[in-house]
Amino acid sequence: MTVPLALLGLLEREPSHGYDLKRDYDAFFGRGRPLPFGQVYSTLGRLARDGKVTGQSEPGDGPDRKRYAITPLGRQEVATWLAEPVAAEPYLQTVLFTKVVLALMLGRDAAGYLDAQRATHMRRMRELTEVKRGGPLTDALLADHAMFHLEADLRWIDVTQARLGALAEMVRAS
Amino acid sequence: MIIEAREVSRSYGSTPALREANLSVAAGEVVAIMGPSGSGKSTLLHCLAGIFTPDSGEVWFDGRRLDTLDDGRRSELRRTAFGFVFQFGQLVPELTAADNVMLPLLLGRTRRKHAERRAAEWLERLELADLGGRRTGELSGGQAQRVAIARALVTRPRVVFADEPTGALDTLTGEHVMDLLVGLAREEGATVIVVTHDARVAACADREVVVRDGRVFDPYTSGALR
Repeated sequence: MTVPLALLGLLEREPSHGYDLKRDYDAFFGRGRPLPFGQVYSTLGRLARDGKVTGQSEPGDGPDRKRYAITPLGRQEVATWLAEPVAAEPYLQTVLFTKVVLALMLGRDAAGYLDAQRATHMRRMRELTEVKRGGPLTDALLADHAMFHLEADLRWIDVTQARLGALAEMVRAS
Repeated sequence: MIIEAREVSRSYGSTPALREANLSVAAGEVVAIMGPSGSGKSTLLHCLAGIFTPDSGEVWFDGRRLDTLDDGRRSELRRTAFGFVFQFGQLVPELTAADNVMLPLLLGRTRRKHAERRAAEWLERLELADLGGRRTGELSGGQAQRVAIARALVTRPRVVFADEPTGALDTLTGEHVMDLLVGLAREEGATVIVVTHDARVAACADREVVVRDGRVFDPYTSGALR
């Protein structure tokens, strides 16, 4: 969903070739998952079809290259997307929650499950802490984002662990 | 193991805080003690550090019983082998940062000139070289905690005990303080035992244990430590 908008944003900065766009996308947003060349060109094709970018051929010795530029329509789309807050999803029915309730319903070890989940989260927190220590600021900020979400889960795990007895009574009574 | 709690119990009046708690920490390890408020994690830290004596059970440091030492010997051990970083109140606000760092050295009868030099070195390592002459009451929270770390490490302790060392700091300042504490302790080969409810702080440690209802659990096996 964000790939076309990210490419549009990069083009708003300056007109660019597909190869350079892919390089910039990977550097800023790739995080170990580089964008395939095929996806770059198919996305640019769709954006051109929809009038959000234009592609100007540049003949030369090598294969025919296109230099892409954003259109006013594309610029408008970037502005609208940037101004629109991301949905604050309540995550009311998480996998974590479902597993805990089911474990209690089935008389299984819900506390053990929460401990295992806490350990998995902490392991990931430790990996992300290492990423923050060694990496550039962009990596550190992404790691921070992930860590704040993991922290929220960990706090939920703590609170649930403290209320497991009451939750078990409620689940088994209903 | 550099430090161990074996079946340690401790109560406040009729309220049990620790119930046969076990914890073994290897030399050079950084261990986080986590758990909800009132779970007994700070009591465990105080027992390990010889500040409290357990009602039953044993505490061992470097191959010898710590809990059976008399007050004077325990106090000397705390001054020479242990360093402490707490959330609040460990610095003397009327003294300068340098004086605060020198304090444990002077108490240990280090000559003043030598103590001054060591304090200056440590303040520099904590990125506080320019603030040595400032009263600690005038420092920001993060600066004060860095002075506390310098004071904890200046005696080259074998074990540093930290109780919620970033509890009063914002995320970025807390992160910086933890990086310095853990990084410098590792450079010095010191063991660190840190009590925290903050997962970010715990993530700086090599491993964490969880205290619940006065017992210590290994979250990776979900079993109480033996």
